[in-house]
Amino acid sequence: MGRKILFITTDQQRYDTLGVNGGVLSRTPVLDALAAEGIRYERCQPTSVVCMPSRASMLTGQFPTTHGAWMNGVPLAIDAPSVAENLHDAGYATALIGKAHFEPFMDPFGRYAENVLASLGVPTIEQPWFDGRRGVHRGFDHLEFATHGVLGPLHYAKWINEHHPEVMGGFYMVVDAELNVNAAGGGDTGAPQVKFNDVPREWYHTDWVADRTISWLERQGDEQDWFCWMSFPDPHHPWDPPKSEIARVPWREVPLPVNYPSKASEREALLDAKARHWRAWYDGRVVSNYEAPAKWVPATLSADQVREVNALNAVEVELIDEAVGRVLKAIEAKGWGDDVDVIFTSDHGELQGDFGLLFKGPYHVDALMRLPLIWRPARSVRLEPAVVRAPVSLVSLAATFLDVAGQPSPAWVEGSALPTSDEDARSLSFDSTVTEWDSALFGVSVHVRSVVTATHLYTEYRSGTMHDGSEGELYDLVDDPLQRVNRFDDPALAGVRATLAERLCAHEDRPGERAVPGEVMAPV
Amino acid sequence: MASLRHERRIAAPADVVWNTICRPETIPDWFPGIVLCTVEGNIRTVKTASGIEMPEEILTIDPLIRRFAYRMTAPIYRFHLGVIDVIELGVNDTLCIYSTTAEPDTLALIIAGGTIGALVEIQRLSEAAAKE
Repeated sequence: MGRKILFITTDQQRYDTLGVNGGVLSRTPVLDALAAEGIRYERCQPTSVVCMPSRASMLTGQFPTTHGAWMNGVPLAIDAPSVAENLHDAGYATALIGKAHFEPFMDPFGRYAENVLASLGVPTIEQPWFDGRRGVHRGFDHLEFATHGVLGPLHYAKWINEHHPEVMGGFYMVVDAELNVNAAGGGDTGAPQVKFNDVPREWYHTDWVADRTISWLERQGDEQDWFCWMSFPDPHHPWDPPKSEIARVPWREVPLPVNYPSKASEREALLDAKARHWRAWYDGRVVSNYEAPAKWVPATLSADQVREVNALNAVEVELIDEAVGRVLKAIEAKGWGDDVDVIFTSDHGELQGDFGLLFKGPYHVDALMRLPLIWRPARSVRLEPAVVRAPVSLVSLAATFLDVAGQPSPAWVEGSALPTSDEDARSLSFDSTVTEWDSALFGVSVHVRSVVTATHLYTEYRSGTMHDGSEGELYDLVDDPLQRVNRFDDPALAGVRATLAERLCAHEDRPGERAVPGEVMAPV
Repeated sequence: MASLRHERRIAAPADVVWNTICRPETIPDWFPGIVLCTVEGNIRTVKTASGIEMPEEILTIDPLIRRFAYRMTAPIYRFHLGVIDVIELGVNDTLCIYSTTAEPDTLALIIAGGTIGALVEIQRLSEAAAKE
């Protein structure tokens, strides 16, 4: 019997939402305890700040420019590499329960497996694999899908529709009649993507994901090794947690985020110091990406709306923490407590009021790029608890899973296994990470590359509709942890800028085979 | 309103490519995800693999310029125009262009995504037919 792996992801969760990372709004005792017992990473970056490219990187261990799913709506090739295939080959039972999103949600033609599995009523289907064989879909024996609402063909939506149709109307309509991300406001403040939801807590998708995970785990033999990706759709918008729970965090008592400038003039001055698309979006002149509501103008965001969104987000984070606690209890009850590695992270962050903005887009700052990452190694390996301050990336997850399973990393994996201490990070040269952004939506194209070190965040805007290739941002993370002072053109940092520009060049020129970039099949 | 165009170069005579797509009732053969189709006069109703029924109005089937045009008429569309153009480049060399114009814009993106797969199938079927 080897080490089993519980891989827990959330969607759009910031680093600072966990108590152990300094968060004050949510109580997260379960995740905090995992961090205390294991390894907590203080600077983990995604490969992309939107779902599909980032999740594909977790599965493939590759950057978006390698795996080819370069923006939301571009499906990961069906025969792309998958760490789950390697674990399956190694004898692991493999499951993904919750949000996958390697394939587009908007799929009226029913072409994508994620959207048809629920209606087929089968746990998986056979597909081509990267190595030319055929096998279970992306290496998973068992798939049960959920996303942010109750519409569409996924398992959770089907379950609610069949068993509790009376609560469907309580959920926020994620998209509007034109299939754009909905801008309609709700709650007490009229904040976009907010709604009071009458769904009982036990029927909400967070608990459903935990319930289905426990059910799958209980069906595994005592000696069976397993890899279970438990993927919560929250705290991604919409912010519509069960109404019964919202008193946990009264929004009127929520302090404004430290990076929310309450004066409009201050917000605008900060945005004007960044690349031009920041202010253009804030003013409602350009919405460059589908993930932000097309009919919402960030400049209209009020301080109370920021408070309410953050309160509801905190409630969702607490529900996730409690759901994780239930799953861990089930694992202990099965007698696996010493043999399970638990890894917790999120695919990207959320602006949540920083700079007066909400949601996400080509805005490479900590709100979107600094992620919670906790690895509690199996107790049986007796690894010392640690805090890793060196920059690491989600691109390292696939190699880490294989390392835990005692499997070699195949040539297609671009990330090395996560370091287990700062000393380890130094010896393995974990000194910078890269985040990519490419988007093209209705004639607006944006191309961004960022590199993060322990001391700096450097961003280049490549030529596109919004930028001519000359713009950039450079932040000193030590003196300016909120990334308010853009020092891209500061002669005092010219050397730093040159060094980091070279790192981005090295990233572009990295060796290895790249997939043909996929085509945009849907907005998301 | 958004307009998107996808195209594919096909190693088959233009007439063969045109024969692949010109009969409205054959769309389930070459449009992935369309599983059923009925045609009455100039009204075609397709059903997708996800169970959605989409009524369409056939606007043009023109063998001279090899153009097939249709309009999706479900209420969700304020406007839709789908056009398939088959252009002869050489004896065994054809360009097939599938254009989607729609409002709301998002629908253009979703439908045009489907046409990418359709072009792949049109190519496969046409090139197979050309070899027969």
